[in-house]
Amino acid sequence: MSVIIKIDNLKRYFQVGSETVRALKGVSFEINQGEFVSIMGTSGSGKSTMLNILGCLDKPTDGEYFIDGIAVSKLNKDELAHVRNRKIGFVFQSYNLLPRTSAVEQVELPLLYNKEISSKERRERAFLALEQVGLKDRMWHMPNQMSGGQQQRVAIARAIVNDPVILLADEATGNLDTRTSYEIMSLFQKLHSEGKSIVFVTHEPDIAVFTNRTIMLRDGRVVKDVPVDTQSAKEALDALPPSEDYN
Amino acid sequence: MNFSNLIKIAYEAIMRNKTRSLLTMLGVIIGISSVIAMVSLGQSSTQNINQEISSMGTNLIMVMRANQRRGGVSMGNSNSQTLTIKDCEAIKKRCKNVDLVSPSVSTSGQLVRGNENWPSTLQGGNTDFLKIRKYDIARGTMFTEKDIKEYKKVCLVGETIIENLFADGSDPIGQEIRIGSTPFKIIGVLESKGENQMGQDQDDIVIAPYSTIMKRLLATQYIHMIYCSALNEDLCDIAVEEIEAVLRTNHRLQDDAENDFNVRTQKEMLTMMNSVTGFLTILLAAIASISLFVGGIGIMNIMYVTVTERTKEIGLRTAIGARGKDIMYQFLLESSMLSLVGGLIGIIFGLLISYLATKLLGWPFIISTASVFLSFIVCAATGIFFGWYPAKKAANLDPITALRYE
Repeated sequence: MSVIIKIDNLKRYFQVGSETVRALKGVSFEINQGEFVSIMGTSGSGKSTMLNILGCLDKPTDGEYFIDGIAVSKLNKDELAHVRNRKIGFVFQSYNLLPRTSAVEQVELPLLYNKEISSKERRERAFLALEQVGLKDRMWHMPNQMSGGQQQRVAIARAIVNDPVILLADEATGNLDTRTSYEIMSLFQKLHSEGKSIVFVTHEPDIAVFTNRTIMLRDGRVVKDVPVDTQSAKEALDALPPSEDYN
Repeated sequence: MNFSNLIKIAYEAIMRNKTRSLLTMLGVIIGISSVIAMVSLGQSSTQNINQEISSMGTNLIMVMRANQRRGGVSMGNSNSQTLTIKDCEAIKKRCKNVDLVSPSVSTSGQLVRGNENWPSTLQGGNTDFLKIRKYDIARGTMFTEKDIKEYKKVCLVGETIIENLFADGSDPIGQEIRIGSTPFKIIGVLESKGENQMGQDQDDIVIAPYSTIMKRLLATQYIHMIYCSALNEDLCDIAVEEIEAVLRTNHRLQDDAENDFNVRTQKEMLTMMNSVTGFLTILLAAIASISLFVGGIGIMNIMYVTVTERTKEIGLRTAIGARGKDIMYQFLLESSMLSLVGGLIGIIFGLLISYLATKLLGWPFIISTASVFLSFIVCAATGIFFGWYPAKKAANLDPITALRYE
């Protein structure tokens, strides 16, 4: 199994006024191809900072971060953008879809910033990605015509459309109810079984049980890095009592 | 990131906010269309005046009597008696660049025919008068040298006279009308010329031999004006110099004495008129430019608000791989598209307005390619200039803060 993410003694300090805030105080771990990792921690544990650095939105103060063999610390802004475009897929807590834009066009968005892809291929890959997240019949729906779960599926399709090395999810179930959360986790498990590598940032332990490995952060340090006794989200979903929200 | 993708992104962003985009464009539309309409209308009116003046003959030279001093007393311009038939003859003989010469005397009076009467101007000239003043004979004939020599009471009348004195439809040729108590026989009818640029009816005129008017009506030996025509428009200035020289000699003016006559050319009139209308055009265009400027600020304002409103979108685009310059180009392109499309609509509107206005006023319709071209450039510049700052602001947003922005 090849290593896709390698973090070595990573530090991130912020200068707030005259004080230096140490958000990450030397974090090291590796993530292999095909892993489904959850990063957990309470607020202030440094998991958001961790995610920003993993997502190449931010650079470490010190230490090394390799993604797919690329040393991120040495890249400039434009090169970081390139890495984000080709190697990373983001899923956000609040979906971050564009208003008044159809699902297909949302999903096409990352490919618009990749000039090697023709408009024809762009459309085909967007269709394929939407099919993978089970929205084949919602291709042309606008965000306001879709439920939260469906919107998050569009966001996931957008994250996988560029065939990223790693899928980064930031509290991706945070805005969803339990049933929909399980549905989304089931989708992530499906994508994982298809070979995707996923990093899932969450503070909810009952979501983390659907992943294969948990890295626990506290006060900017890794306090626990253990394999998880993975549960099936599909089974959890089936075990839920029938929904009372509809009918 | 290639350009067609960028255009697609900007286009989609504009279309997501149709109403707002349209309202933003409205500023540019109004600005550009008013600039185009004003410039075009200004040029139309200039052209209109030029045509009117040219219809009087661009090679026309008018010699008018000027102030004359008699024993230290100024006589004023209109009472001075400085021009005579001898001056006419001298000009005719000695000015090489002058083609035709006609003396001019005029008087106004009440025309009477039977029960009808009409006040009009009686204009005296020689046989070349019609050619110099660009009158044509519709029917009948012009009077002859013989008529002039014999002080014949014959005349040619304009359309307005016929309308008022011959309302019964009878043929005016051969009939007699009285001017004051003097009967004149109508021998010809003038082709209608309509109004001149001052709004004067050029058909309200009776033309008779100058000698008849001088002897029988005015009892004077002096003439009021001399109409001359230069060989062509370009020779006007030389012709004027020649005329001045001849008249100064004729009038025995000392070297330091002022001219006791004035020489005016149509070219001078044209230049004067053009300077007036040109100034008006510039003034109107300047006022219209202000509205264009305000339209540009409208674009900037909207783009500025847009950047704040779309902070999250900018964050997302950055997260999925847009570089700072991609974001900047997107916003620049959006503002440029708004201003260019607005400009295009504005140009069409402006031309439409000036077309309708000129049709209504009966002026020639002129498309000023320079102003169309210029406003298009101004549009592009507006888009880029007013879009620059907001676009720069968007590009410099920190993606992490932008993504978390609520």
